[in-house]
Amino acid sequence: MSTLISVNNLKKHYNKGAIKALDGVTVDINKGDVMVVIGPSGSGKSTFLRSLNLLEEPTDGDIIFNGVDITKKKSVVTKADGTKVKTKVNIDKHRQKMGMVFQHFNLFPHKTIMDNMTLAPIQVKHMKKDEAEAKAMKLLERVGLADRANAYPIQLSGGQKQRIAIVRALMMEPEVMLFDEPTSALDPEMVGEVLEVMKELAEDGMTMVVVTHEMGFAKEVGNRVLFMADGKLMEEGSPDQLFNNPQCDRLKDFLSKVLI
Amino acid sequence: MLSAQGFAATFKYLSMFRDGLICTISLSALTVLFGFILALILAMIRLSNFNVFRFLSTYSQRKLLQRGGFVLALSRFNPLSFFANVYVEVFRATPLLVQLFIIYYIVFAGADLPNFKLFGFIRFDRFLPGVVALSLNSGAYLSEIIRSGIQSIDGGQTEAARSLGMSQLQNMRFIILPQAIKNILPAIANEFVTIIKESSICYTIGVQEIMYAVASVKGATFSIAEPLVIATCVYFCLTFPTSKIIAHFERKMSAGDKRNGAEATNKKRERKAKMTKV
Ligand SMILES: Nc1ncnc2c1ncn2[C@@H]1O[C@H](COP(=O)(O)OP(=O)(O)OP(=O)(O)O)[C@@H](O)[C@H]1O
Ligand SMILES: [Mg+2]
Repeated sequence: MSTLISVNNLKKHYNKGAIKALDGVTVDINKGDVMVVIGPSGSGKSTFLRSLNLLEEPTDGDIIFNGVDITKKKSVVTKADGTKVKTKVNIDKHRQKMGMVFQHFNLFPHKTIMDNMTLAPIQVKHMKKDEAEAKAMKLLERVGLADRANAYPIQLSGGQKQRIAIVRALMMEPEVMLFDEPTSALDPEMVGEVLEVMKELAEDGMTMVVVTHEMGFAKEVGNRVLFMADGKLMEEGSPDQLFNNPQCDRLKDFLSKVLI
Repeated sequence: MLSAQGFAATFKYLSMFRDGLICTISLSALTVLFGFILALILAMIRLSNFNVFRFLSTYSQRKLLQRGGFVLALSRFNPLSFFANVYVEVFRATPLLVQLFIIYYIVFAGADLPNFKLFGFIRFDRFLPGVVALSLNSGAYLSEIIRSGIQSIDGGQTEAARSLGMSQLQNMRFIILPQAIKNILPAIANEFVTIIKESSICYTIGVQEIMYAVASVKGATFSIAEPLVIATCVYFCLTFPTSKIIAHFERKMSAGDKRNGAEATNKKRERKAKMTKV
């Protein structure tokens, strides 16, 4: 089991430090982990997730992704012959390897589903158009939406939009997928279809970090659960440990309030 | 007032109106082109976060607070954006006529512009200052329109694009601008029509556009009403189609706006043909 992302004392402050959205979070995310992040509203879950691919610029701390500290402008890479070279950290390159799925889908409304999926591979990875479209078709079939390739996002239901958002991120062949409350904006009957896709993804061995209020998903699919409160990582462990044998009072309190 | 003789006399000089029309179209087209490019650049600058003194904020937060708000403010100061803002505000707050005169009589006063004639009759040394003044002016207005258009796009769009690895430029080009421009197309149409109408002000520096033709014909025929009627018709025939053409683009760009709108059927056929080939 090797570490994919190593988060070290991550801090994110707003308003000159008056708001500590993240207050020193340290955690290692291993390859193949399905890490579920839970916690009360305002505890910093979204901030944590969005810091991982630098949608939020951390105030302090490091994020080592694939051996590179992506919070720094430059990184020192040790070559095979032992010499050290300073290279510029290209955050766009690293972001390609981190797929992200948002609560509000954020599909591109002016583009068809097919174009939503192929735009980044074609423009960023310089993939050939037919190659990208063939790949997109395969993914669309996998989520049962092949017949909607030419539809526009507005013509889809919420659950369908979110499934498209997931496969759009998969088009870039990321090493890790970040989910920020992917089912929170969905009607209850659509939650299942999205969780199903995520579950399959986990079974395929994808590394995932999932912020969610779906405790059932956390128990069934997650292999690690983080509990956050006040910008701090309060407790961490297997789903069984956290849900059946919570240690800190904040977690006990939190669990007593959420439906499991 | 209007008389048949007056029109008969005026029609003898119809070629002057034709020349004026050509000149107005060239003036407006170049203004739209340069004004739009300038506006895009201005809008980008105003929305950029190019803080030259950002290194100041690499001090630790506490040190920064001790040094007081000034250093913090300085570290967030974006001089490019500041000057772009000043530019836009000044050009929007002063009359176009003043700007035109300043550019013609002061800025271009020393410049020895070549004396050649565009299309064989438009005097370049007057035409160019006209284009410059109109472009600078419309650039200021258009940049404000574009800026508001860009800001009206949900931040989630940029986040999605960036999280897919797109650069800031690719995000602008493929995601933000297409949506923003679609939203502001009515305002842009309005501005283009305004440019055509306001180009008539260049008559005051001797650019041979439509109003110049009116004045010439008046001098030759001693009638003013008939030339003005013709000028009115010519302007209307220019501005009306312009707004209609842009409205057409607006409809074309609105794909994906309506739930009961069509799917991209042409592409569907194309894609099917491709797939059966494989
Ligand atoms: N741009 C910002 N400016 C100021 N404060 C912010 C900003 N973004 C987030 N915060 C604050 O940071 C804290 C953490 O926010 P965050 O969105 O990470 O919480 P969360 O755990 O995701 O909550 P939720 O479950 O409601 O989504 C909150 O107190 C929030 O008010
Ligand atoms: Mg959140």
